[in-house]
Amino acid sequence: MTFDYIVQQLINGISIGSIYALIALGYTMVYGIIKLINFAHGDVFFVGAYTGYFTAKAGLGLILSLIIAMAVCALLGVIIERLAYRPLRNAARIVILITAIGVSFLLENLGIVTLGAQAQGFPDIVNKSTYTLWGDVTIDSIQLIVLVVTVVLMAVLQYVVHRTKIGKAMRAVSFDMEAARLMGINVDTTISATFAIGSALAGAAGVVFAIMYPSVDPLMGVIPGLKAFVAAVLGGIGIIPGALVGGLLLGVVETGVQSIPGMSLWRDGVAFAILILILIFKPTGLFGKNVREKV
Amino acid sequence: MMMSKKFIAVTAVLTATTALAGCGSKSTGSSSSNGDTIKIGANLELTGAVAAFGTSQLNGIKLAMEEINSAGGVNGKKLEVVSADNASKKDESTRTATKLITEDKVDVLMGAAISGDTFAAVEVANNKKIPMLTPSATNDDITFDHKKNKLNDYVFRACFIDSFQGKVMADFSADNLKAKNAVIYTDNSSDYSKGLAKSFKSEFESKGGKIVAEESYQTKDTDFKAVLTRIKTLNPEVIWVPGYYEEVGKIVKQAREMGITAAIEGGDGWDAPQLVDIAGKENLNNTFISNHYTSEDPDPKVRKFIDAFKAKYNTVPDAMAVLGYDATYMVADAVKRAGSTDKEKIKEALANTKNFEGVTGKISLDKNHDPVKAAVVLEYKDGKQTFNTKVQP
Repeated sequence: MTFDYIVQQLINGISIGSIYALIALGYTMVYGIIKLINFAHGDVFFVGAYTGYFTAKAGLGLILSLIIAMAVCALLGVIIERLAYRPLRNAARIVILITAIGVSFLLENLGIVTLGAQAQGFPDIVNKSTYTLWGDVTIDSIQLIVLVVTVVLMAVLQYVVHRTKIGKAMRAVSFDMEAARLMGINVDTTISATFAIGSALAGAAGVVFAIMYPSVDPLMGVIPGLKAFVAAVLGGIGIIPGALVGGLLLGVVETGVQSIPGMSLWRDGVAFAILILILIFKPTGLFGKNVREKV
Repeated sequence: MMMSKKFIAVTAVLTATTALAGCGSKSTGSSSSNGDTIKIGANLELTGAVAAFGTSQLNGIKLAMEEINSAGGVNGKKLEVVSADNASKKDESTRTATKLITEDKVDVLMGAAISGDTFAAVEVANNKKIPMLTPSATNDDITFDHKKNKLNDYVFRACFIDSFQGKVMADFSADNLKAKNAVIYTDNSSDYSKGLAKSFKSEFESKGGKIVAEESYQTKDTDFKAVLTRIKTLNPEVIWVPGYYEEVGKIVKQAREMGITAAIEGGDGWDAPQLVDIAGKENLNNTFISNHYTSEDPDPKVRKFIDAFKAKYNTVPDAMAVLGYDATYMVADAVKRAGSTDKEKIKEALANTKNFEGVTGKISLDKNHDPVKAAVVLEYKDGKQTFNTKVQP
């Protein structure tokens, strides 16, 4: 096992990890504000990927496809919140959780009915070029794009939550919804904004994912959604930088396990064992604090 | 505690939806009462991971059914196909097969398209004593359980078997490509893939070749770079990937992008138009598959079928459609020879299928209920399948 081989696998791990991180950002953000694990997140992700599929087929480039997919998903997120979660605002958390699973199935099966269950190839909208760093170590433009998109979106999100007025409102709602309402914060608008942003992130992740692994199907969000959920928990759910670290860690561990001869099937086993260990020793995740100051 | 509740909830809802998913079944053809028709139950993958296979196969079945009916049917009775969707899931396939037998009261079962889903229906057919003919499930153990050394009396197939398919490609690698070493990359969640890997390995090694690594992935995986990076360092001449088109497309694409130029080979599981979209045309160069037929075959029987299929569906039939078509004619042929819809007689007639002239060649079933017939090796050139060689059994 040479140094080059290890570096190459590290690059592979970071590139898959940054996808997990991108999806995990939306999970963690919504959880941070209303303490809901939005299981429909992975399906908003698939809607984003399909939006990108149609815009790409219509001849639009990467940036436009990303923006349109994010807008469509933001709208979808707001609609989901409005129709499915808002009427349950004061219900027990398990009720909302089950509703989220229901929304997830609804979206998946609507997708199967309207778009068909078959995987479709995603058109090439990025000119993929491979750069050789040294020796056998290569990185391609899509891996770079994913990493850049993830880091930029994370920075923007961090800025929105900690430096803007709506962000302040979000943190206040997260801290105490009733008190926030008494202070004159429009809780409904704030939560809608949270869903809009979270879903837009899922939409962006969907497009980037479809570019990287060029196919789309209505169930494409299930596995990445689950992995991203794990990444979010690993980093400390509700904490934005935690999503990035959790995603990258999960990606690198998965790749690392597979890079050992004959271990390719142990990938998920080892990854989840590590998750369990981390949660035993740090139940709130890597970045989790016991102080109730989230997002 | 909270966690476990959530997971119970997830599992419960999952089970409930899958239970609902397979309920719909459609009847095509004449709607006359049971006595005047011969009912064929098609348990197929109409949605889910390999929906392309089941959908295409049903098209082939329907075309054959229409042709047979317009030629007067079988023994004065019309054929009727009742299709049910198994959602490409094994547990679902058991349920749909049971439903077709108990609720729709079919005379013969057809399907499923892939081996895993067919296995799930084998016991149903045996227990209910209904003859079952799978058009395209290639796993060796479907008709004859090699572990128990027992024949599945009621189960038949219209396609060649995996050990033949793996052998054909191993011979092709060793003899035609002159390869000395190969890597095997298997879909570990698929019976089909594991069967092909096994037969490839034993044949390739008996030809003096060396398997330098055996790796696995799972259905629905998307990122293969970690394992491919490892395969690249081994520098094999052939990579044997006996999977299905969705994952294979991504594997081929990622392998070519990281500079792996070795020949990549697979079986009939590659054969779907989506493969080209996912993998990309240039990336598929230097890849080879074994298949049941080629649409380039000049044989008049093949041409006639392709023209009829194109006229009805406006697309070139793939191997799944052809096998569905052939299998339907095999059933019609057996019912005709049986002279009635008595299940035992149909079973005997199917087992005695001799020199049946299908589009995929002359079919005779051996004592294991497996057809003895030829395979073709196809090469992808700029996204098009081109005929490379034909291998007799």
